[in-house]
Amino acid sequence: MLSVLRRISAFFQGRNAFYVALLLAPPLLWLGTVYLGSLFTLLMQSFYAIDEYTARVVPKLTLATYRQLVTQPAHIDIVLRTVAMAIAVTIAAAIVAFPVANYMARHASPKMKAFFYVGVMLPMWTSYLVKVYAWRLILAKQGIVSWGFDALGLSPVLDQLLSLPVVGGPSLASSYLGMFIVFVYMWLPFMILPLAAALERVPRSLLQASADLGARPGQTFRNVVLPLALPGLAAGSIFTFSLTLGDYIIPSVVGAPGYFIGMMVYQQQGTAGNLPLAAAFSVVPIVLIALYLSLARRLGAFDAL
Amino acid sequence: MTAAIELRAASRAFGPVIALDHVSLAIAPGEFFALLGPSGSGKTTCLRLIAGFDQPDSGEVLLDGEDVTGVPPFDRNVNTVFQDYALFPHMSVAENVAYGLRVRGVRTTERLKRAGEMLELVQLGSFGDRRPAQLSGGQKQRVALARALINQPRVLLLDEPLGALDLKLREEMQAELKSLQQRLGITFVFVTHDQGEALSMADRVAVFSQGRIEQLDTPRELYNRPRTAFVANFVGSANVVAAELAQALTGRRQPFAIRPELIDILAPGERVPDGAVSCQGTLLDVLYHGASSRCHVQIGPDSVLAVARPESASDDGALAKGARVRLAWRPESTVALESA
Repeated sequence: MLSVLRRISAFFQGRNAFYVALLLAPPLLWLGTVYLGSLFTLLMQSFYAIDEYTARVVPKLTLATYRQLVTQPAHIDIVLRTVAMAIAVTIAAAIVAFPVANYMARHASPKMKAFFYVGVMLPMWTSYLVKVYAWRLILAKQGIVSWGFDALGLSPVLDQLLSLPVVGGPSLASSYLGMFIVFVYMWLPFMILPLAAALERVPRSLLQASADLGARPGQTFRNVVLPLALPGLAAGSIFTFSLTLGDYIIPSVVGAPGYFIGMMVYQQQGTAGNLPLAAAFSVVPIVLIALYLSLARRLGAFDAL
Repeated sequence: MTAAIELRAASRAFGPVIALDHVSLAIAPGEFFALLGPSGSGKTTCLRLIAGFDQPDSGEVLLDGEDVTGVPPFDRNVNTVFQDYALFPHMSVAENVAYGLRVRGVRTTERLKRAGEMLELVQLGSFGDRRPAQLSGGQKQRVALARALINQPRVLLLDEPLGALDLKLREEMQAELKSLQQRLGITFVFVTHDQGEALSMADRVAVFSQGRIEQLDTPRELYNRPRTAFVANFVGSANVVAAELAQALTGRRQPFAIRPELIDILAPGERVPDGAVSCQGTLLDVLYHGASSRCHVQIGPDSVLAVARPESASDDGALAKGARVRLAWRPESTVALESA
């Protein structure tokens, strides 16, 4: 038995290319066929169009569906609404996550650090749907948030917030503000973890060197910490940005009635049966993420990698 | 004259570990000063107190006679060359060097011009556009030096500056640092665990052990007149002879040190010179070092003396392992040590 294993090991010894090929074949088959293959068919669908009368997909290449996507004001609204939300969520998540990640990476004792890592990841062990519905209750008109505002005598502040145009609404649970809060909460771990990992890789001596050369803490932050944390910030923002672009459950459970891209995809491929339009809508986030990545690259987010 | 740097009874503890125990020292302006000691002896803590990265639990730190205890590093006119160089990986070499000017609000053209001059000073004039990752260890060292010097500090602190370099480069850099310091005329304080480095570069050396200064002297004094067993052993690896053995050898209960190169191994039948101290022992081993060989001779149940034999003493055939040999040295070659 042992000698057989030995022979096998001896066979692989020095045949690196073969070994690597064997290791990579399953994941490549998975990625290549199942993932990229279905992505390709999806893209193909978006270049088909639906026959108005028979409601059947006509398998002929055409730009009609895309024309429909970019010319109908309602569709443009959906895209803009989704992108605006994704940008706002990403910025807010970055602002909230940075101090947490910085504390975890630089100041926490080993025990405290473990506690924080568990604390950040713990919500991910709970069902996504449970959390979204819990948030609807939390943000409801009679929910704990408005109760809290009331108890502190701050109800007018909440009313003021809800009376704001666009972001406001009858209650937090049925306003874009509430949806924004839920999005930020949901994706925060995806921002904190890569950011903490990036900050942890910044050697302490670099911060000392910066201070030693005369930089005040704010200057050290701007000139050294932030640029070196940029890859982590970029990774985290790709998560928060793309997760917000693609989500359809949060906008349908919490918030104002306006449609988001994910909801549109869900509706078009389901009840409406317009698979080409659903496909065209799914292409939007792909294009946006690609644009975002190239922009981040141009800004030097990956230079420190 | 006001000392460039002064520590007054500075102490620093990390939990139960006392890193620095009431250390006082004064370093003169323009001096090349070494903090020498094994790891954990307090030398690096001492440097960190001067730089401002750490504050003493008690005692004071003075720069140019001014109490800077509690003053953060960015408000001290002191710059540091870090052990790992700590170059900013996301900036070019020139931007690294210009950093000290940038945070002081010097205009870009002006600061890049001055960074270029500093790079010329350390002979890296054409490297400004490179990234630190594209440099060798010795080049990084020079960039770190240029970056620390651009603010024209009164004091330059160097933390094991040559530790990561190979032997040949280290010797080159020793000479270069020494001449740079003489040209600039500023105070250099450097931390090292390498006694050879401390002796060859420094004007004065403070030898640290267990958070205290064992001896503060010129290199020559340290080497020739060590005061304690620790210094004798750590600087120049002298043999330390404890009180009991000293009594057996010389008749006086006074511990002493003797350097390996001052002990002779007598040829068989050779007469002990007049007045010399002599003893018999068993040769344990001979380590060949090129210019000399180091013999370890057991002269008592748990006392071994190291003896250096120059390469010219070419009767090594007689020096077989396990042979009985007779050692001799002149009484004036020994240095009396403080009793432990």
